[in-house]
Amino acid sequence: MRPLTTILILVAAFLAVFLEAAWDGPRRWLGAQIDFLPGLMVFASLNAGVTTLTLLAVVGGLCFDSLSANPLGVSVLPLFLIGLGIHQCQHLILRHQAYAQWMLGLAASAAAPLLTLLLLVTLGHSPILGGGSLWQWVVMSVGGGVLTPLYFRVFDRLHRALSYQPVHESSFRQDREIARGRK
Amino acid sequence: MLLTLVLLWLPGGATSRMKLALSGVFVPLFGVAGAGQQLVQKAGHAIAPRESLAAELGQLRKENSELKLRLLQSDAVLRENDRLRALFGWSRTTPWQGKLARVVARDPANWWRGLYIDLGRRDGLRPDLPVLTPEGLVGRVAEVSETRARVVLIGDPSCRVAVLVVEGRQTVDNGVISGASSVMDTSLVELSYLSRIGSLKPGQMILTSGFEGSIYPRGIPVGHLIDFRAVEYGSYTEARVKLAANLNQLEEVWVKVP
Repeated sequence: MRPLTTILILVAAFLAVFLEAAWDGPRRWLGAQIDFLPGLMVFASLNAGVTTLTLLAVVGGLCFDSLSANPLGVSVLPLFLIGLGIHQCQHLILRHQAYAQWMLGLAASAAAPLLTLLLLVTLGHSPILGGGSLWQWVVMSVGGGVLTPLYFRVFDRLHRALSYQPVHESSFRQDREIARGRK
Repeated sequence: MLLTLVLLWLPGGATSRMKLALSGVFVPLFGVAGAGQQLVQKAGHAIAPRESLAAELGQLRKENSELKLRLLQSDAVLRENDRLRALFGWSRTTPWQGKLARVVARDPANWWRGLYIDLGRRDGLRPDLPVLTPEGLVGRVAEVSETRARVVLIGDPSCRVAVLVVEGRQTVDNGVISGASSVMDTSLVELSYLSRIGSLKPGQMILTSGFEGSIYPRGIPVGHLIDFRAVEYGSYTEARVKLAANLNQLEEVWVKVP
């Protein structure tokens, strides 16, 4: 189960980054591209171990930075910190509640761009920021929040489809069959 | 954390090569997406009504004959220009060629303005080549791999353009397009280091200056002046420019190759 979860999460991260770069819809309609990775990190930190969330932060962050003008590696640390923080208090979180998943996705999607921008500014880069950045931040947070419960549903379906399902034995036994009527 | 620190402290050339190698993993997906898009376009063409195609063909033929006429006129002007330059002993300006590229992806981060095109080193591209559309300048090539290139768009902090403010045939002022004027509106950029406020008027044309050392040839339209204001107690002027090219709707761009 564990390797399958890890592989599925990493494939999802790869596809999420590709979709962010190739699909321009949210940017055209809402003025900001939604980040799919923080929501995925919420799912990973609640359903997988530290190794998986570390791998997700590294693979997802590096893939994102490779298609962006970000310095390589700048997205890894925020994702890892978010994942580790949620993983540390996973026993306190009602992970099966859609509302809790949405709230966690919202918080993670709000924190990820802030931490990345903080790192960028600390490193001396000048990202494009202004009054509209607040709107972009709201779109990213809400969009990420909406996506998070969807990740839980999709991965649940995938697990059910791809993992071994134990066959339940029927209670029917031929030697206990009640033969009705006269022979 | 250690990985982040190591990557961030690596020299720029090494990280640039690593980024290009990593982004190469996405090439098959971009190829599949492009093929899917072309398939949808072909399906759209197949169901297009014959009357509208015939009308479009007629319009294109008319436009083509007009353009041929203009080409004849500009050829004559070019010959005259060459003759006069030879007469005065001025060096001849070399005409440039363009390569059409398809936009395959955009920068996923909201705080940069960039895109990827499907031309690379094998097509003769190298960093700092100007990228434009028939409407005007779009940006410059920033990084090049074998099969694709990253373009930084005007408005990104790493894409500065030396420009002229022109009214009719007269140059009014010169300045530098330094960055985005608005986060949400990609069509507005900031024009800095203008000297005279008196001669500026909204609506004046902004063209690339082509000054010595500039990567952009002279005379490419950039946009037009919207408004301006004095800054630093009137020591220089800043203006807002509406770009001629629509950066949100870019699907195909031209790369100026030497």
